[in-house]
Formats: sequence, structure tokens, C-alpha cells
Amino acid sequence: MKYELPNIALATPEITLLCLACLILVVDLFVKQENRVVTYTLSLLSLAVLFVLTLTSFTQKTGFAFNNTFVRDAMGDVLKLGVYLAIFMVFIYSKDYLRQRDIFKGEFYVLGLFGVLGMMVLISAHNFLTLYMGLELLSLSLYAMVAMQRDSVNASESAMKYFILGAIASGMLLYGMSMIYGVTGSLDLAQISTKAAAAAAASNKMIFVFGMVFLIVGVAFKLGAVPFHMWVPDVYHGAPTSVTVYIASAPKIAAFAMLMRLLVDGLISLQGQWQSILIILAISSMAVGNIIAIAQMNLKRMLAYSAISHIGFLMLGVLTGKESGFAASMFYALAYALMSLGGFGMIILLSRRGFEADNLNDYKGLNERSPWFALMMLILMFSMAGVPPFLGFWAKLSVLKEVVSSGGLIWLAILSVVFSIIGAFYYLRIIKLMYFDQPENTQPVEADLDMRLAISTNSLAVLGLGLFPGALMALCLAAITA
Amino acid sequence: MGVEKVLFYIFAAMMVISATMVITVRNPIRAALFLVLTFFSSAVLWMLLEAEFLAIVLVLVYVGAVMVLFLFVVMMLDINMDRLKEGFIRYLPFGVLIALLMVGMIIYVVGPGNFGLDKIAEPARHAADYNNTKALGMVLYTDYVYPFEIAAVLLLVAIVAAIALTMRRREGTKYQKPEQQISVNRNERVRLVKMSAEQKK
Repeated sequence: MKYELPNIALATPEITLLCLACLILVVDLFVKQENRVVTYTLSLLSLAVLFVLTLTSFTQKTGFAFNNTFVRDAMGDVLKLGVYLAIFMVFIYSKDYLRQRDIFKGEFYVLGLFGVLGMMVLISAHNFLTLYMGLELLSLSLYAMVAMQRDSVNASESAMKYFILGAIASGMLLYGMSMIYGVTGSLDLAQISTKAAAAAAASNKMIFVFGMVFLIVGVAFKLGAVPFHMWVPDVYHGAPTSVTVYIASAPKIAAFAMLMRLLVDGLISLQGQWQSILIILAISSMAVGNIIAIAQMNLKRMLAYSAISHIGFLMLGVLTGKESGFAASMFYALAYALMSLGGFGMIILLSRRGFEADNLNDYKGLNERSPWFALMMLILMFSMAGVPPFLGFWAKLSVLKEVVSSGGLIWLAILSVVFSIIGAFYYLRIIKLMYFDQPENTQPVEADLDMRLAISTNSLAVLGLGLFPGALMALCLAAITA
Repeated sequence: MGVEKVLFYIFAAMMVISATMVITVRNPIRAALFLVLTFFSSAVLWMLLEAEFLAIVLVLVYVGAVMVLFLFVVMMLDINMDRLKEGFIRYLPFGVLIALLMVGMIIYVVGPGNFGLDKIAEPARHAADYNNTKALGMVLYTDYVYPFEIAAVLLLVAIVAAIALTMRRREGTKYQKPEQQISVNRNERVRLVKMSAEQKK
């Protein structure tokens, strides 16, 4: 029997990350608690190495390796670059926060890197098996990171909820995969795609649809779409903010990739079926997210509901079933990750030892305490609300444009705009609190220079990409059509 | 009806019954033991499907290792079953409705209408000398080396997570210091007291 060596070079970033993460795990054992910053620096360095590796080997050509269980394509590469950047920011944000709460441990960074590996595997998956493995690797790291603050009852409770609901979602996903495997006899997405196309042509697709429903349930849970959103507010609220910012940013990019791999690479011939399911998920996510967010007095919970509504918007592009629509959704996923990083980063910035700045009242009169950071928060909130010229506006505009141009779905676009206007209320309320209310405490905002720089860069990137959105949008389109 | 069919129905029925018992019996130990029986029956079903390796692994890993650990945990924790059953009656009608709906749909889809022998041909039987374990081994480290390695990383993450979550120093925990224990000398352990002998009265 002849065995051909797989094209390992395609998976260089994954292999490098695994080696570096294991190395950091060992190095961390020999580092004293007061020098924990070594682990932190090494983690940042590894992300930088990955960024360079992926960027230099970036290719428009789609390559397969490991018996087609692994795919390297332009979409995957762009999303991976987004993930590295997002986690880089997460690590910078989390340093002081973790230190002030005495959970500045090496495991946070090691698990964070393994989570990145999980996201990379998920993004590059071309087989149900690798897709599931990547998802579990990501989820397991996240569960542990949420639970890491052992003295906090809230963190333990939310980790428990996240774990149990995540296990149920994995079960659903596996059941759907087993159905599709049962009818195709293959786990490979390309083969599933041909068989599904044949079945759809012979209108003999019942089992495919049945399995697909369970797949979508699994993905919808990961994305946090209504009605599988119950975990989102509790986990975002209960987890330490340094972990919330992790969960709220990069995993959304990976979940978008998962949606694309399953529904587009695998089951594009069933687009008529999954479109209607995604429409229901999108509408209910936008409705529930935007309306319930109004009632939240806790910023973390409010941003959690806002995340749910943004997921609804993200689905709008995918459900059109067109390449330009996928590109719009990809743009939305990247833009949302950047905005959500900034939003939770702001909470971390204003928090101190023994104090979480997660109440809306903590933002009263922020302009008097620190005009610069009030401006940064203003940019983020305007962008999330979708006010031009910020990034969020272009993200919303591009998905809406796709929905309108796909014909017959104009009602959906109108409905989304209505919900988006309802949603603008709670973003603008924060701006009102910051600029027009008297501060409850007049303490000036204190933070290290790296934190100040990071959050300013983040917000200015939202502004800058909003002023010049063309490059990123062209990149997304090129990545999808490649 | 061949022997295989008889075996199938016996063990399939056993599996369904024991799985139901897992969630209905009151005693958690019994529930865990019924779970063992469920695993065992499904191992036999796999054996009938010519998946011998998986059947043996299921018995070895799940019945042998996982369930024993499970029993340990159940016995160590004092689980208050009454609290777990709270709200059971209240949610029962809703749960039964959903379950019936799901079962109905699954039967409709997974029944012979879609998975009958006329739709999907019966897989060819292997000869008696066919080695299931060898066939798995051939693909596990070649075609599926990538998912296999990821599975290894997954286990590593599980270890790191478990240690990170449980290993922490708590105030007032009592533990032994072996290095001090072995370096004691006689004088620290035994004190000889000189005293005059007691006189018998």
C-alpha cells in the first residue's frame, strides 16, 4: 500500500502555533509569579509570528492537505489574520485586568493560544471531523477560561451554563453530521456537496434537510442566534471581562467560517431550504437582541444582547446565497469583532481592582473625567449603532445592499433597518450619559500606557476603516471569490 | 429469523429499556449501573455491525474506566435527588410534547422510507479473516492524521484546564511535608521523663 506524504507546508501556521503553545506551557512552569509577564510577552510574540507566517504564505489558490481534511484558501487566510489581530488585542487588554484580580496566570494565555488553534482548525476545516475537532478545541479552552476566576460565584455559574448548553449544541451538531454521513457515506465536504446536489436534483433530499437543521442549530448556538441565545447574556456578564472580550470577538469570526464551510461549501444546493431557516433566525435575533438590550442597565449584558442583534445582521448576507452576500457577511464579521473588542476593552479600561465598570451609571459624565476616552467610546457606540461614517455603518450597509439586490427580500431589509433604529436607542443612551450627565465619581481614568494605546488604536481603526472601507471590502470580496 | 436478528432485537430492547431506566430510577448509583448496561448493549450492537474494535474499546474505556470514575464521583458527592426533581411535574407536559414531536419526526425521516435497503444498499460483508483493527490503524495515522493530532491537542487542553481549575493553594489547608517528616530525630518524637518509681501503698 502506497502512502503519499501530505502537503504539510500548507498547515505551517497551525503546526507552528501548536509547537509555540506547548513551548510556552513548559516555559510558564519555570517562571515565577512576579515574572508572569514573560508568558504574556511570549504569547504576543507567537501571535506576531503567526501573522507573519500566514501573511507571507498568503495565496489566492485553494490548496488541500491531509486527505482533504484541511483546506487552505484565501477566505480562511483573511479570517485567520483577523483572529490573530483580535486575540492580540484581547491579550493586551487582559493583562492589567487579570493582574488586578490575581488571576494573571500562564494558563490564561496558553488556553487562549489553544483557542486560537481551535479557531484556525475550524476555519480551515474541510471535513466534518476536523470541523468538530476545531470547534471542541475552541469551546473547551473557552469553558476553562470562563471558570478560571475560582473565587467568583458568577464566573463558575456562567461556566457551568456555557459548558452544559455547549455540550447539548455539540450533540445536536453531531447528530446532524451523523444523518448526513448516513446518507452520503462521507465526511468530506466536497463529496457531501456533490451528493447533496445530486439528491436535490432528484428531489430526494429529506434526510439532508433533516441533518442540515441540526447543523444549523449547532452553528446558531455558537453564534448566539435567537432562539439559541440564552447562554450569551449570562456568560458575557458572569465571565471575567478579559474572557468576555475573548468570547465576543474572534470566535464570531470562526463561527462565520463554520457557517460558510457547512452551508456553502457543503450544502449550497440546499440553499432554498437553509435560506428560510436563516431568515427566521436573523429576524428573531435582531428583534430579541435590540429590544431586550434597551432594558439592560448593565453594560456587559447590554453588549451581549447587542451581539445577538449583530449576529442577526451577519446572517443577512449569508442567506442571500450569493458570493457578494458572503463577502458582505465576512466584512460584517470582521467589523463586528473589531467593534466588540473596543466595547469590552472600554469596560476593562475603566475597571479597577475590586471594581467593575459594567454599570451604565459608571459612564455618567465620562467626558469630564477623560474627554479622550469618552470620544473613543463615542466612536465605538456610533459605529455599533450604524451611524456614518464609522465602520459599523458600512458593515450594515453592505449586507442590506445584498439583501435588497437579491430580490423578493426587500421586506427583510426594511425590517432590519427598523430593528437597527430601535437598537440605536441604547447605544445613544450611553453617549447621552457620557456627555450630558454629571459624573458620580470624579476619579480620573487611570491605565497603563499600553492599554491606552491599544484602546485608542482600536477605536481609531473603527473610524479609519469607516472613512476608507473600500480596501477591507475589496479584500473580503477577493477572498470569497478566489 | 437468523441468530443475528434475534441478538439484535434482544440487545436493542435491552439498550432502550436500560437507557430509560437511567433517567427514571431514583438511586443515582443504580442509574450509573444502568448506564453501564446501556453501553454494554450498544457494544454488542456494534459487534453485530462488524465494528469489533470500537465495540471492545467502548467496553474497555466507557464501561471499564469512565463509568468507574463516574460511580466514584456519584458516591463522593452527596446529591440531593429531591432538589433535582423539583419542577419535574411542572415541565413534564411540555417536555413530553417536545419529545413526542421529535421522536415522530425522527421516525418519519429515519424510517425505512429513507434508509430502506432499496434506498441504500446493504454494505458488503467481510470475510472471516478481515481485520477491523488493522484497517482502522491503516487510516488513523495516514488519512486521518490531522484530526487525530487535533484530538491529542484536545486531550492536552483538557489536562491543562483541569489542572488550572483545581490546583490552587487555599488558606488553612492541611498537608504533609515529607522532607520535614523524614529529617526528624528521636528527640523530637519521644520525650523521656525521669521520675521516681511509684511506691505501692
